Amino acid sequence: MTTRLDVRFASCASEGRAALVTFVTAGDPDYDTSLALLKALPGAGADVIELGVPFTDPMADGPAIQAAGLRALKAGQTLRKTLAMVRAFRETNDSTPIVLMGYYNPIYIYGVDRFLADAKEAGVDGLVVVDLPPEEDNELCLPALLAGLAFIRLATPTTDDKRLPAVLANTAGFVYYVSITGITGAATPKPDVVAQAVARIKRHTALPVAVGFGVKTPEHAAAIAAGADGVVVGSALIDALRGTLDAEDKATPATIPAVTRLVGDLAAAVHGARRQAAE
Amino acid sequence: MNVPNSFRTGPDESGHFGIFGGRFVAETLMPLILDLEKAYNEAKADPAYKAEMDAGLKHYVGRPSPLYYAERLTEHLRANSEPGKGAKIYFKREELNHTGSHKVNNVLGQILLARRMGKKRIIAETGAGQHGVATATLCARYGLECVVYMGAVDVSRQAPNVFRMKMLGATVVPVQSGSKTLKDAMNEALRDWVTNVDSTFYCIGTVAGPHPYPGMVRDFQSVIGNETREQMLEAEGRLPDSLVACIGGGSNAMGLFHPFLDDPSVKIFGVEAAGHGIPTGEHAASLTGGRPGVLHGNRTYLLMDDDGQIAEAHSISAGLDYPGIGPEHSWLHDIGRATYISATDEEALSAFQLVAKLEGIIPALEPAHALAKVAELAPTFPQDHLMVVNLSGRGDKDIPQVADILGTRL
Repeated sequence: MTTRLDVRFASCASEGRAALVTFVTAGDPDYDTSLALLKALPGAGADVIELGVPFTDPMADGPAIQAAGLRALKAGQTLRKTLAMVRAFRETNDSTPIVLMGYYNPIYIYGVDRFLADAKEAGVDGLVVVDLPPEEDNELCLPALLAGLAFIRLATPTTDDKRLPAVLANTAGFVYYVSITGITGAATPKPDVVAQAVARIKRHTALPVAVGFGVKTPEHAAAIAAGADGVVVGSALIDALRGTLDAEDKATPATIPAVTRLVGDLAAAVHGARRQAAE
Repeated sequence: MNVPNSFRTGPDESGHFGIFGGRFVAETLMPLILDLEKAYNEAKADPAYKAEMDAGLKHYVGRPSPLYYAERLTEHLRANSEPGKGAKIYFKREELNHTGSHKVNNVLGQILLARRMGKKRIIAETGAGQHGVATATLCARYGLECVVYMGAVDVSRQAPNVFRMKMLGATVVPVQSGSKTLKDAMNEALRDWVTNVDSTFYCIGTVAGPHPYPGMVRDFQSVIGNETREQMLEAEGRLPDSLVACIGGGSNAMGLFHPFLDDPSVKIFGVEAAGHGIPTGEHAASLTGGRPGVLHGNRTYLLMDDDGQIAEAHSISAGLDYPGIGPEHSWLHDIGRATYISATDEEALSAFQLVAKLEGIIPALEPAHALAKVAELAPTFPQDHLMVVNLSGRGDKDIPQVADILGTRL
């Protein structure tokens, strides 16, 4: 089965460039602004969208994404509304893949089977669930694959060669390489170290490898893109969004342009990277 | 539901107690908890490790802790009971341990394990500060770096323990995220661990978290129940008839309960914190007012809303102020081997004062919850009923807070 993710990564590869994967938190700072932003991302240069599912206790996230989740929850965001947001996005865009990224408890409480059916119907392509390692594959990973949703696994610097096959076994869509040991938006990864790690993973899988955690600037994204199939940027976009909010954390006219401008700069850098490296 | 032949065999190989427990952690941490499990299994089988534990418990912690007949409390409750009623009450005196609570039993085990694993930096989360103090103490004793995460709210209501930790050389990090209490301290400790994977050992303070922590911490705390068993046989020539302990995460309770799980004559009561009362929604009673979910590495009963967002717990006691509970308690609750009840802030505060006046023992606010329910349970049993309550910590740390509530300026 060919999915939107397969098609998108294949087309980027055929253009000889990496994909730009943009992360925003669903419902940050409110539903309407967040949906408008979602709709604006592909035009600004996002190849794949990661949509964060807010959770009260995001153990793997740094301060920027923690705060984004709390803003969204305060504005009334729920998993049901996040799926509605994807459905609304799909009314005008049928090609840009959407991956939901979050933690297991909201999905578990929604009900795994009902969630998979509703997510598939809404137009979700894949799932990244931070607190479900391969040891817990029966919970969501295997049911997701049966339901036709890619379960995208995180591989990390602590995932050694012995463990890598287990991590890659039931994954689909792409592999998300966490470039640092740490939380989102924290340390800055070294491009040469990351490129070696990506090469190590690619010896074990034919899937594309996207790199995230700590990628902040267009220059840095370009350097990472030279050695990977995709680059994920999240905290930097959230920071750009936060910088435009008013004193009550409400959106302003500057909110969406600030994020799309940064996405545009990142896209230009990432899309140009492989070509430069090849010339 | 199938009732197993033994209640003491859990967790299974994948870390489950029935449907509860498991290993719900980020991939970065997965290799670390597998290493920890391997190291713990090797240590358990090593007589040298056991000898080191035994010596530490005896000479440093001061074990065994006494099993004390609380004569005046017993008589006081009998005076308010029907004729012939009023159980004979014993205190398991964990508050007499070095550092003032049961927490040190577990910390000693984990710190000796950290030393075997060559880890030089120890991190911990703490609520009331008892686990933080115990961790800071053992780190001082063995010359290890110690960082303790504590919710900013708890830092202010448990000031004496914050100062103790600093005196012991630990760094105390006030956690400003979320509800600024124990659950947020645990989030922050996990964020530290995922960042400092090579150097750091995470010393979890209760029977929760990803496998192997719930079973490992229980093993370390089981010294409480094992001693109680021997001491009661010596004092009364038979086993106790009931056990009562307070529950936040549930380590003092599990330590007392576990050695008795396969003795059907022993009734088991866990006491959760009902805060302002269960109907108000402002409480910390995960089993009474929550449902199964996934947080902090395990599936267990949690307080949450309909979207699966974790609710803020409330308790007068910082040590019970947690929206979850150890997974083995969730299992014992579901299969019915233990009975879980709850005590309000007000009931705990009354028991705190009653036991101070009648027994000359100032309990911590945490076991004051258990004592509050002892006052209700004891009159329902005959006088030859032997009831053991785990006096899991002493109340010195709570003096400023209680004085404030009672309107006394110190």
